[in-house]
Amino acid sequence: MARLLLHRLGGLLTTLFLSSIVIYGSLYLAPGSPENVIFGSRTPSAAARAAVRHRLHLDQPLPVRYWDWLTGVLHGDLGTSMVTGQPVADRVGAGLGTTLLLVLMTMLLVVLFGLAMGLTAALLPGRVDGAVNALTSVSVTVPSFVASALLISVFAVKLGWFPASGLGQGFGGKVDGLVLPAVALAVLSCGFLARVTRNAVRDQLEREHVQTALVRGLPRAVVLRSHVLRNALPPIVTAVGLLTAGTFASTLVVESAFAVPGIGQLTIQSVAQKDFPVVQAVALLLVAAFVVCNAASDLIQAVVDPRLREAGSTS
Amino acid sequence: MTAPLLELSGLTVDVATEDGGSRTLLDGVDLSLAPGEALGLVGESGSGKSMTMRAVTRLLPRAASASGSIRFEGADVLGMNAGELRRYRDGGVGLVFQDPRAHINPTRRIGAFLTEALVRNRGVGRREALARAAAVLAEVGIDDPQRRLGQYPHEVSGGMLQRVMIASVLLAEPRLILADEPTTALDVTIQREVVAILDRLRRERGMGMVFITHDLDLALAVCGRVAVMYAGRIVELRSADTLHERAAHPYTLGLLGSRPSIDARAERLSAIPGRPVSAFESGPGCAFAPRCSFATAGCESEPPAPTEFDGGLVRCARVEEIHAARMEAKA
Ligand SMILES: Nc1ncnc2c1ncn2[C@@H]1O[C@H](COP(=O)(O)OP(=O)(O)OP(=O)(O)O)[C@@H](O)[C@H]1O
Ligand SMILES: [Mg+2]
Repeated sequence: MARLLLHRLGGLLTTLFLSSIVIYGSLYLAPGSPENVIFGSRTPSAAARAAVRHRLHLDQPLPVRYWDWLTGVLHGDLGTSMVTGQPVADRVGAGLGTTLLLVLMTMLLVVLFGLAMGLTAALLPGRVDGAVNALTSVSVTVPSFVASALLISVFAVKLGWFPASGLGQGFGGKVDGLVLPAVALAVLSCGFLARVTRNAVRDQLEREHVQTALVRGLPRAVVLRSHVLRNALPPIVTAVGLLTAGTFASTLVVESAFAVPGIGQLTIQSVAQKDFPVVQAVALLLVAAFVVCNAASDLIQAVVDPRLREAGSTS
Repeated sequence: MTAPLLELSGLTVDVATEDGGSRTLLDGVDLSLAPGEALGLVGESGSGKSMTMRAVTRLLPRAASASGSIRFEGADVLGMNAGELRRYRDGGVGLVFQDPRAHINPTRRIGAFLTEALVRNRGVGRREALARAAAVLAEVGIDDPQRRLGQYPHEVSGGMLQRVMIASVLLAEPRLILADEPTTALDVTIQREVVAILDRLRRERGMGMVFITHDLDLALAVCGRVAVMYAGRIVELRSADTLHERAAHPYTLGLLGSRPSIDARAERLSAIPGRPVSAFESGPGCAFAPRCSFATAGCESEPPAPTEFDGGLVRCARVEEIHAARMEAKA
């Protein structure tokens, strides 16, 4: 177990390091020079351009700049925004809490409803299973931007239950404003998780070891909990990990749709403004979210299934 | 004669097919087992041996339904409610499955597997249950039981795991053990050991046993009586001694003849021609008739009734003739 943990941690750091290179390199290799962001539509004199390039260290070779940036990041210095002049860490930090809360609310909905639907379908074959199946077939075809538009028009505009955009005051206001975005993010994932859960539970219900448990006279609830559900967990955990990572990416769309001041919205803005240091930071953050979700799901699986505990067997 | 431990009469299992029809898997099985008795159930693949055991434990496939009667110590098994069924499964009957790897939950420790039923069903404390589990592991010939309790199923060999399975059944102290090909998945060398352990421990504890196997010789060695199944019916039911000496049903003769023998002088019959059929595939007459070298036109049309023969029962219309002819040939 400890070996697996180290193994995963090593993989995590390697992935982050490699993606930092890719992120940094691709942004600076992209067309358009960073200093143009600062000059906007003005055409600067050669001397002014040279001065700005020097201030931004653009006169140094790429590897040197990358190294400076990386050591900065490792010391908690993400640079300064080229648009607002604020430290990048402040801009990112302001949105991070909101986005994490949004993802948390989304995943709570997904796990609650996805598991409930999947379990119901698995345990009640026939009509109930068919109904849940129909429901999830629809829900997995609804992308979050479509769900956003629908939810805004019904619950915000028509019914006025929730704000259409922005967040209210305090934690309560924040949660209130995040309900619709969370639902928009959850719709598709709920259907997906319900299907994974249904199939995983069905698969386990038919396993021989479940028959052994039944034929020993164990109560049905115990058989379901300790044998069926427990053994169905690995695919479910994998799905939750993937969906969580995907939710981080989907916040880009949904936060913009609902004007939620989170990392997603910041990313879209910064890309539009070519605010390179901010884009680098949020991109790295997204990668980190992905990698952490993955590693967490692998570790949970290893806790559930001892056969996955040998280091390297999951990667 | 004492009251039977297990009594099947006219046990029939039908399974609904996809197209709305139904297939017969077991067709009127009659069996009776006295307390402490060991009975062998022998037959080719698909003859319905496992289905019989599944019916006895009410572990039938979803689409299957059982009729006839199953009585355990007089209680009607098919009529039990959920609570009665749990009590019967917990303490009445224990099942040893063929493939312990598939039949033991791979994600939980051996200790958890062994103690689960004691803790959940009987309220035995965890510590006490583990102590009992360790003692029984030692009895089934496992060294260092304490260490084994902490291991996972994938960390031990198949033979060891089958002993764990046997230990789990012994821990529940049932009155009846159903062993469904308990050694088929194991190495030949380990098979004997496992059978010997099962045989000794069930004798010591006075448990009844139904021992299912493909191997007629093994059944004859372990069991007092043997039932031979073909196509969902019992075609011959005899004591092991008389069956060995004077098998009567042509199918049993075929099984005896098709086993490998090192004794070259032994009377040899060729292996049974053709493939075994299931109950629903058989015609109106004797299910074995198409493969039987003694079959007549009458065998194909008229189902044979079970007849008394040599202290047992045989389902063959020509049993007397065939027996007489064989005795003549021998003399
Ligand atoms: N779940 C099921 N649904 C429908 N038919 C089944 C099912 N399981 C088994 N059968 C059928 O029931 C018949 C008897 O099967 P059973 O498993 O009892 O045979 P068996 O004597 O135990 O054979 P083996 O030696 O291969 O274990 C076979 O024709 C088989 O195809
Ligand atoms: Mg079988």
